[in-house]
Amino acid sequence: AGPYCTKLLADYGADVIKVERPGKGDPARIMGPFFKDDPHPEKSGVFLHLNTNKMGITLNLKTATGKKILKELVKDADILVESFRPHIMPDLGLDYETLKKVNPRLVMVSISSFGQTGPYREFKATEIVEYAMGGEMYSTGIADREPLKLGGNVVQYQAGTVAAVATMGALFATDDEGSGQHVDVSIMETQAGSADRRIIYLMGYICAGVITTRWPPPREAVRMLIMPQGVYPCRDGFVNTLSLPQWWPRYIEALGMPELKDDPRFQNIFSTEAGMEFDAIWYSWLADHDKHELFDIFLKSKIASAPVNSPEDLLNNVQLKAREYFVEIDHPKTGKVTYPGAPFKLSESPWKIRYPAPLLGQHNEEIYCRQLGYTKEDMVKLREGGII
Amino acid sequence: MSRLPLEGVRIVAMPVVFAGPFATMLLADLGAEVILIESIHHFPTITRGYMPRPPQFMVPTTGATFGGTGGIQTYVDHWAGDRPWERFVMFHALGRNKLSCCIDLTRPEGIEIFKRLIKVSDVFFESNAADTMEKLNLTYDVLKEVNPSIICLSMPGLGCSGPHKYCSVFGAQLQALAGHTWLTRYPDLDYTTTQSLIFHSDAAAGATAAFAILCALRYRKRTGKGQFIDLAQLETVVPHLGDAVMDYTMNARVQEPLGNRHNAMAPHGVYRCRGEDKWVVIAVSSDEEWQGFCRALGNPTWSKEERFFTVLKRLQNQDELDKLIEEWTCHHDHYEVMYVLQKEGVAAGVVLDNRDAFHDAQLNSRGFFEAVSHREAGTHLYPGMLWKMSGTPISIRKPPPCLGEHNNYVFKNILGMSDDEICELEKEQLIGGDEYICESPF
Repeated sequence: AGPYCTKLLADYGADVIKVERPGKGDPARIMGPFFKDDPHPEKSGVFLHLNTNKMGITLNLKTATGKKILKELVKDADILVESFRPHIMPDLGLDYETLKKVNPRLVMVSISSFGQTGPYREFKATEIVEYAMGGEMYSTGIADREPLKLGGNVVQYQAGTVAAVATMGALFATDDEGSGQHVDVSIMETQAGSADRRIIYLMGYICAGVITTRWPPPREAVRMLIMPQGVYPCRDGFVNTLSLPQWWPRYIEALGMPELKDDPRFQNIFSTEAGMEFDAIWYSWLADHDKHELFDIFLKSKIASAPVNSPEDLLNNVQLKAREYFVEIDHPKTGKVTYPGAPFKLSESPWKIRYPAPLLGQHNEEIYCRQLGYTKEDMVKLREGGII
Repeated sequence: MSRLPLEGVRIVAMPVVFAGPFATMLLADLGAEVILIESIHHFPTITRGYMPRPPQFMVPTTGATFGGTGGIQTYVDHWAGDRPWERFVMFHALGRNKLSCCIDLTRPEGIEIFKRLIKVSDVFFESNAADTMEKLNLTYDVLKEVNPSIICLSMPGLGCSGPHKYCSVFGAQLQALAGHTWLTRYPDLDYTTTQSLIFHSDAAAGATAAFAILCALRYRKRTGKGQFIDLAQLETVVPHLGDAVMDYTMNARVQEPLGNRHNAMAPHGVYRCRGEDKWVVIAVSSDEEWQGFCRALGNPTWSKEERFFTVLKRLQNQDELDKLIEEWTCHHDHYEVMYVLQKEGVAAGVVLDNRDAFHDAQLNSRGFFEAVSHREAGTHLYPGMLWKMSGTPISIRKPPPCLGEHNNYVFKNILGMSDDEICELEKEQLIGGDEYICESPF
């Protein structure tokens, strides 16, 4: 979560200095996938993706000198983002109250699984725990099976995105008030208040006692409309299709079956029986078409439908190519690799890649000597003392 | 009391469905004055309901109604009332802290009023299909003539350029295009059986859009320049799937869905607990945590077997391991399992349904829910802020607005119209009213 928050800030122009522990660095450095499956700390795809445009230094915060140096960095910083468990910064003597004295304008953003307060604050969590407790895992999946996690680590990425909003908000307050503040981001709450869908389902429980559950797959579910809703098989894969009641004429057009307009079976679009009848037509029509061909047909008829893309399909997506979405980034240990690009295009102040993710301690000299005024001899002593 | 971070920032907004309303909610929470431009002539899709006046049979009583789409179609107390658009739960969830006024943008006089408002605003935010603003002739090029420093954000699913610009998609399709549907399923079942209505793109695009506005506001503060933000919802989701993307670009590997499992942790999954449909998730990420896990279970003999000794072994023998774990969890309460495991330093958590979440100790101890009184829906505890700020505390200051509730404020206080003028515009049905005069769009 923390690294994605600072990636967003760095990619849109902030000067982000990533502070890592000497020796091992960020735990993300040991997370796969690795470039050419080589588990090398400079080749983690997760790390490379999450740390574009950041400078990297090493610093041992457990030493008195390390703490002093962090305070020197904080003195000139606008923002400090940390994502330790809540007891860590206070234990290090680096809590907000202390750092505020060093720099009253500091915005300190603490991102944790459950927040800085409350009975679960020190609980351990990973992606699946955060989704189970914060998000809608309970209603993800199908009836009669276990709840299902969302693919990947989207809950943590989402928390990072929300944290970036909170960080920018606090920065605006600093402009006005002249004083910084502590922002407490709980990943659980970024899920509990999230549009996908816990905030809505929670509201449904509160206002109407509805507990949204996992439901049967589309084929077995009671339908609302004649038209399909969900994921369906086609010749070479699957497509996802959504329908609004007013779209029946569009389906007739897409299928190239004008005769359905007057078919007595399909005069009431809310009829479940008619839905079953339509399925027979629908399934056999889909079986004659490829997923990308279907996308073009539905695009023309303005029906919301899309192929179930694999990561390979995604990289070859025509639209993303036309918008030059993916970018190639050169890195000393991997050479040129394709990365996800700008999440939005600003006409005046665009997203850009200034440099790739830092090697461990790559910018020590630049930051310690050129910014903080330490000498080369100091650097040697700091290294020998296990501080950098 | 200190000013809120975005106090004094005026955002004119036409957000629909999920992502746009979510983005403008986050900005409104920070103190921006978000004015929804609605219309009594036009009923937007799935924002204040599926239709202005649904027949009672269309008002679901459980989440499982209508093939499972009932959860998002809920009305307060399962009753649509005289003004169903004020009782639609989804609007309540995302509508807080916003204002509403009605302008008919299909008539030139309406467009003129709208432009007067743009002139005195900072941001225009819209999340409609790519052709909507073109049809209304209210694109950035037109609006910047009215207000050169305006910031405009458009967020069609696939962006404001490219061959699929006009493609109409919702969260389900974005999720499919992005490869997230591909990665989210039970490994033993195919894609047709694993559908749910959880579409991450709505959350990702919404939060990213709010961030985009803040970036542009910051840039304007420094340079005085407005700008246009072209946000493709699809492109906000792809970075959230960075691991899978990078695996493909670095190793030409197409990641397959893992269900509830993890490629480097075992045990890792969801386990049935005592009671009906009660579950706990467990994720053991190191040998040290495995030792803690075994202690929590009272060191059963199987836990000492060689086949579970290392993480590689546990990954290999996961099926048997999961069975043994579930034999233990199914005799215990899900909260109890969580507490016992957490005490030994193991990441574990209950799968909270909406009732459990509403009563959950953590959310409640942090005051997550806030009491809100709404003219038509009554008083309820609403889900609250997504983060806490020590210096400028944020909260629910206003209930979700009723249709056109702030007409007077907007037309009189902001635009300086006289009572007579407003009266005239109301008569012409260019503004105003708190009733839809259009019928169902289908």
